[in-house]
Amino acid sequence: MRKTFFTRFFLVGTLLLAQFTFAKEQEHKTEGHDKDLKTEIKEYISHHLKDSHDFSLFSYTKENGEHKYVGFPLPVILWDNGLKVFSSSKFHHGETIAEVDGNHYKLYHSKIYKTDSEGTINYDEEHHPTNVKPLDFSITKNVVMIIVTGLLMLWLFTSLARSYAKNNGIPTGAGRFFEPIVLYIRDDIARPNIGEKRYKKYMPFLLTIFFFIWFLNIFGLTPLGINVTGNIAITFALALMTFLITNFTGTKDYWMHQFNPLGNTMPWYAKIPLYIILVPIEILGLFIKPFSLLIRLYANMQAGHIVLMSLIGLMFIFKSWLGSPLSFFLAFAISLIEILVALLQAYIFTMLSALYFGFASEEHEHEHEAEVAH
Amino acid sequence: MEIPVMVGAGLVVIGVGLGIGRIGGSAMEAIARQPEAYGKIQTAMLIAAALIEGIGFAALFAV
Repeated sequence: MRKTFFTRFFLVGTLLLAQFTFAKEQEHKTEGHDKDLKTEIKEYISHHLKDSHDFSLFSYTKENGEHKYVGFPLPVILWDNGLKVFSSSKFHHGETIAEVDGNHYKLYHSKIYKTDSEGTINYDEEHHPTNVKPLDFSITKNVVMIIVTGLLMLWLFTSLARSYAKNNGIPTGAGRFFEPIVLYIRDDIARPNIGEKRYKKYMPFLLTIFFFIWFLNIFGLTPLGINVTGNIAITFALALMTFLITNFTGTKDYWMHQFNPLGNTMPWYAKIPLYIILVPIEILGLFIKPFSLLIRLYANMQAGHIVLMSLIGLMFIFKSWLGSPLSFFLAFAISLIEILVALLQAYIFTMLSALYFGFASEEHEHEHEAEVAH
Repeated sequence: MEIPVMVGAGLVVIGVGLGIGRIGGSAMEAIARQPEAYGKIQTAMLIAAALIEGIGFAALFAV
């Protein structure tokens, strides 16, 4: 118990630190050049929400106007008539053009474009770049965080399994913290929603997705502030897995429910007018379910980060003694709520996935029960 | 950004707020009546709230 208290205390401390580092960073930027403050804060927030090709911790402007970045570069992997691998330090945070094997690449709004040696970017009428975009398989900031979380989970849960084997199933250390969570997912999420007969098959997926989302959400709140679950591509991949598992493990009755929802209760010619409406809705429902999963997680995490950053931005808009304490306490309160949201979103994703798996493993005995009841 | 879009998004958010408020209130009443069903009521409440919340976010992203 004492240990968990300390981890919580540590977590709150790191969050506070996050506010300070962000605040400091912005201060330096605004001092450098007196651009419109509101647009600068907007740019800063949108930059924070995006994925990037280098792992920057913070940046500041020197007195002579030179930008200083603290962080480390990440590998860039491009497919452009052959594999091109180079370090993202060649971009100098988007300030220079990288030259690899006679090809020139430029970072523009965190995306890599192919350019000439001057780095010209052509735009269409709507100010979208028309330059060629090579296929980008880079190890970006988000990818690094996914790998780190994956390794952390692998290490944590294999070592827990080993400690359980050694102590004859008695939890020790971190196991005392994680055992109730694992049991909760089994007994309160998987069993009631999927059913006693088939829940075991889905347990590995449910546990993995729960801890993966939870850890990534929590990592997003640390000073590194990496918004991985607020990236729509990642939530899309997670929802796609739920979608594929639901449909590939679906029973005969599940598919009957999709294409023949009324069963043998009425003659086929009576079903035709109904099915013209009913079957498209059922098929649409197949795709709407995972779609709502992906939008919910993405939007919640994105919105949380936007609110947090905007509250920190208040400090620079008020420009009086009122601003800093107000912004600090609001940001602090929102950070605490975000810790709750981080857990809640992981729970909701797992819960709804389990619900969909439950639909996929429905069996005919429900109908018999209903008949008996009538 | 056009003003009708923003007003529409605001209206949607008001609706979402009322909806989630009703769900929360009803869940409170239900728990008060049947404290032993706390877990089940809470789960159902969270699912319903999450589904409504999705619509609110859709509206916010339309802005």
